[in-house]
Amino acid sequence: MPASFNQFVTEAITGPVPDPPGVKLVKEGLKVKHPVVFVPGIVTGGLELWEGHPCAEGLFRKRLWGGTFGEVYKRPLCWAEHMSMDNETGLDPPGIRVRAVTGLVAADYFAPGYFVWAVMIANLARLGYEEKNMYMASYDWRISYQNTEVRDRSLSRMKSNIELMVSTNGGNKAVIIPHSMGVLYFLHFMKWVEAPAPMGGGGGPDWCAKHIKAVMNIGGPFLGVPKSIAGLLSAEAKDIAVVRTMSATHPCASLGRAITPGVLDNDIFRLQTLQRVMQMSRTWDSTMSMIPKGGDTIWGDLDWSPEEDYAPSIRKQKKIDTQVVNKDENGSMASQRKLKNYGRIISFGKDVAFAPSSEIERIDFRGAYKGCSVANSTCRDVWTEYHEMGIEGIKAVAEYKVYTAGSLVDLLEFVAPKMMARGSAHFSYGIADNLDDPKYQHYKYWSNPLETKLPNAPDMEIFSLYGSGLPTERGYIYKFSSSADCYIPFQIDTSADDEDEDGCLQDGVYTVDGDQTVPVLSAGYMCAKGWRGKTRFNPSGIRTFIREYDHSPPANLLEGRGTLSGDHVDIMGNFGLIEDILRVAAGATGEELGGDQVHSDIFKWSEKIKLQLLELLTAIAFWWKWPSPDKCLSAWMLED
Amino acid sequence: MSFLRRRKGSETSKSQNSDSHNDKQEKSKRKGDDESKRKADEEKIRKWSCLDSCCWFIGCVCLTWWLLLFLYNAMPASLPQYVTEAITGPLPDPPGLKLWKEGLKAKHPIVFVPGIVTGGLELWEGHQCADGLFRKRLWGGTFGELYKRPLCWVEHMSLDNETGLDPSGIRVRPVSGLVAADYFAPGYFVWAVLIANLARIGYEEKTMYMAAYDWRISFQNTEVRDQALSRIKSNIELMVATNGGKKVVVIPHSMGVLYFLHFMKWVEAPAPMGGGGGSDWCAKHIKAVMNIGGPFLGVPKAVAGLFSIEAKDIAVARAFAPGVLNKDVFGLQTLQHIMRMTRTWDATMSMIPKGGDTIWGGIDWSPEGGYNCNAKKLKNNDTCTARQNGNGDLASTKKVNYGRFISFGKDVAEAHSSKFERMDFRGAVKGSNLVNKTRCDVWTEYYEMGVGGVKAVADYKVYTAGSILDLLQFVAPKLMARGGAQFSYGIADNLDDPKYNHYKYWSNPLEMKLPNAPDMEIYSMYGVGVPTERAYVYKLTPASECYIPFQIDSSADGGSVDSCLKGGVLSVNGDETVPVLSAGFMGAKGWRGKTRFNPSGIRTYIREYDHAPPANLLEGRGSQSGAHVDIMGNFALIEDILRVAAGATGEHLGGDQVYSDIFKWSEKIDLQL
Repeated sequence: MPASFNQFVTEAITGPVPDPPGVKLVKEGLKVKHPVVFVPGIVTGGLELWEGHPCAEGLFRKRLWGGTFGEVYKRPLCWAEHMSMDNETGLDPPGIRVRAVTGLVAADYFAPGYFVWAVMIANLARLGYEEKNMYMASYDWRISYQNTEVRDRSLSRMKSNIELMVSTNGGNKAVIIPHSMGVLYFLHFMKWVEAPAPMGGGGGPDWCAKHIKAVMNIGGPFLGVPKSIAGLLSAEAKDIAVVRTMSATHPCASLGRAITPGVLDNDIFRLQTLQRVMQMSRTWDSTMSMIPKGGDTIWGDLDWSPEEDYAPSIRKQKKIDTQVVNKDENGSMASQRKLKNYGRIISFGKDVAFAPSSEIERIDFRGAYKGCSVANSTCRDVWTEYHEMGIEGIKAVAEYKVYTAGSLVDLLEFVAPKMMARGSAHFSYGIADNLDDPKYQHYKYWSNPLETKLPNAPDMEIFSLYGSGLPTERGYIYKFSSSADCYIPFQIDTSADDEDEDGCLQDGVYTVDGDQTVPVLSAGYMCAKGWRGKTRFNPSGIRTFIREYDHSPPANLLEGRGTLSGDHVDIMGNFGLIEDILRVAAGATGEELGGDQVHSDIFKWSEKIKLQLLELLTAIAFWWKWPSPDKCLSAWMLED
Repeated sequence: MSFLRRRKGSETSKSQNSDSHNDKQEKSKRKGDDESKRKADEEKIRKWSCLDSCCWFIGCVCLTWWLLLFLYNAMPASLPQYVTEAITGPLPDPPGLKLWKEGLKAKHPIVFVPGIVTGGLELWEGHQCADGLFRKRLWGGTFGELYKRPLCWVEHMSLDNETGLDPSGIRVRPVSGLVAADYFAPGYFVWAVLIANLARIGYEEKTMYMAAYDWRISFQNTEVRDQALSRIKSNIELMVATNGGKKVVVIPHSMGVLYFLHFMKWVEAPAPMGGGGGSDWCAKHIKAVMNIGGPFLGVPKAVAGLFSIEAKDIAVARAFAPGVLNKDVFGLQTLQHIMRMTRTWDATMSMIPKGGDTIWGGIDWSPEGGYNCNAKKLKNNDTCTARQNGNGDLASTKKVNYGRFISFGKDVAEAHSSKFERMDFRGAVKGSNLVNKTRCDVWTEYYEMGVGGVKAVADYKVYTAGSILDLLQFVAPKLMARGGAQFSYGIADNLDDPKYNHYKYWSNPLEMKLPNAPDMEIYSMYGVGVPTERAYVYKLTPASECYIPFQIDSSADGGSVDSCLKGGVLSVNGDETVPVLSAGFMGAKGWRGKTRFNPSGIRTYIREYDHAPPANLLEGRGSQSGAHVDIMGNFALIEDILRVAAGATGEHLGGDQVYSDIFKWSEKIDLQL
């Protein structure tokens, strides 16, 4: 059968397929110019075994993660053992070395036939790219960012390779393309490379300015993902509640499910599936990098949230062309609707989720006595920390009733103190008041955009490319699970549904606009507002651009994952996105792409977030220069 | 179609038959119930036979297949090992495990430099016919495409015959990473065993680097086109910096040895032509270079390959992919197609024997003159040296003229030099074209040589290493013009001559100085005890139109059993590809002590590994092999490498380890040092 058989059939049904962007742009005369660096996200990178216990014999340099996942079926317990990290240090357990696959093969296909970067690589190759000017910065996505450097020298490798590619390509600066968690990893890299040597890479304060032309973040969870909370709290998210797959802890839940349906279901691990998954994924420090950042200021509190007026039905009806008009017309209508309490990321019980804040009585759990252990001690081989919480502890958690982004971190610290102790040494979730405070030189702040300054590189460009138009998890309604001995005491209440059809609540999960994993707010806020112009987070005024790609599902089965997808991973095959990347790699700037391209309400929502963006002194000077009545007043008050 | 129709016909006739049977049955039904029942049963059985037996057959096949698959999966992976152990006793621990128990740990980062042929190549841009092969391996792996679309494959593997670079619209690039050369084909390891053993003592990808490069193009072009040398430099610097300043151990294999010589000169040369690393780069970054089977002074096989694309085993390629390059695949004109392809590969010219008659011997003299092929075969490991000394006199009675690389006719090969007349071919008129151009689209340059030219070549009768170059220039002027810009094969009189700063001299150890790095160590590690091609007896082929006019005279055999001449090929001690002389001379004499080639006195060590064939089939390629590629699985060699990687020096290993007569032969070479 000819290899292009699928294509024939598709063309017969839907008419000729458009040229892939690579072919199209070659015809326009575009050529290879800037070297390209890919930074893969969590889950998508392959991991292979370098040293293992006797049960993993014969697997030397075979993929444990990625590929066919054959070993998961053959020896599941052995597999889970080798994929876990040490739960004290977050590094390798003794006698086990699992390392990231290197080279383009690390993440071109996640499983046979399931592309991640392959489509983009193929299109870049049309312009003349090859391995001398493409680099896959693969790293072990299970461990914390700084540990990838300590253990594997991953950051040093990336630095050295970027320097090499820039110098061998006639000084053309690199275009960086991080995806998903790679976005945070590259934020970390940019701080690391300029920091002085013992902790950082010692590249000097102008390293980024000299070596980077643009950072094109694809689906970046800049401010975290609510999904990770559900993953950490109860190892479930909307996906896992339905199909039990492990990847629920990750933004690529849909990916994992699509590829390995039933891989980790009860039959393989027999009992205690969720705990096994939880045990394994809780040893992965990197999952904690995606806990929502910025607290109530960004994500909203009990009564308020930036996306509160979001109504999915409007988005469902809209046509791409008339979208803006539609939105304006429906603006008043939408505001009349019941506002969504997205700020309540976790509510115990559906009634609590909808009640006005004055009616909720909350009892602080923070100091609560955890009580003696309820669970049978035989359960302790599964390390979930829940067995250390007694009935009182669980009760205290439930009685606080509603958790906003700010109190979530406290909740996790109460529920899983050991894990969070490990995580807080590597990540931070706050907002910096004064970025010049010397404490912000520590590496744990480097991956949080609200606690770092961008490098001093005025010629650099930062793009935020992400899909929109898909329902994305934003808040959860929890309930107690029936207290089986060895079970996780909380569970998503799948019976909680909205009454009206355009409700965002389904099966206990509140959804909002996004790419199915990352909400628009998290992917877009920094580029829409936090870094726009010269702010205190972006002192050199690096230009930022937002490029949204509206989701439209593949027209028929033969199209596979579609060329117009906005899904978190499938967007890597989106022709619009690939074309943008190719143009930038061939030398175009953000203005030449057409600046911002927005389908969602990201700018409106960003405006609602009250985050101080200017340095205090700058702010005062600003007010003095252009006095307006209210600003004058406030400036005067400040002076006083 | 007709077959199908016939079958249909027979089926319908059968059904008619059965219809008539049914009629009869109805009649007989009245006779009695019992009888009719029995008859019906019989009928059923007969009806059952046709279609159902087909189904049964398919079912059985499926079941058997499934069962075999099940058994195969159920079989423990170590079954061959069990069987082997039952036959030969327990296997020794692999060296990695053994040394790990001794407490050795990863210390120095490692760089692998693969040789010719062993590195994988993949397609990045191709013509229409290579659709769907993007980033698939054209070379290495299963070679599936070679069978599916041979002409397309040849087209993509060839380079431009003027520039030696990519033809337009085709980009074939080396695979990068350890996967580039760990296995050449599924199950056929190259570096994999070494990597696995290194991993046992703690190595992983941050401390191991595979310096993959496109082995088809000239060494300097790998830098010009792919920046391969810059990548090696950058990666070595990175590994040294991230491993606490511990210098790297470099392990080149086969042609990689020459490539790394080139690299060492390149990296210290100033920027436009070189890497600009400064004159102490090697001293700062390299602890040891452990050359495995290095053809320092070239390989005679390369001459046969270039001259008539045949050697005992069609150059190196046949050794790796037996049967891959045979005639059936390409249909007609196999050899020319291969020749056209391999002649576009500049790298093959890096292995033409270097040093001329001084090294390889003249018409009546050669360093290995006293070598007795039979003695080697009879010897036991322990008594080897003694036997050879003892046989010295015997061997000298019948001297083999190894210096005569190519002889036309067996009598010429054995006759004394005074007994034959040679006509100089160099100025000879090539004559008018012998062949019809239109019918020979294959580019081998032979069609430009008329009858006169071919005759002139044959009339010269004997070619030594020195005149081989002239011969190749006569036979293939375009090819050698390309090669002459990239490689050089002479001996330098004065190494300080500024002309030796040109890159074409960098891969010839006789025309370059080693870097100024007194702490560095250079090892020559190679197998011995396998007959290796050293000289050839040629004949003219019957002048079929599009054929290569020269051929090895495979009927030429030495008279006695212990003759080195077999099938037109004179063989000598070596590792089946590289003769001992080429692999060992530089380490044994050319660089030993402070010589003009080695001004800083870098210490050199020779480590020979005597070949012992695998005891039985289950051992695969053996753990004591000395063959050119199989030596990569030799336990003793791996152990040496692991020890050096963990910090040992050459003295710790025990200095030289020699089984052949390399020191004796080296002494005979009269080279100014």
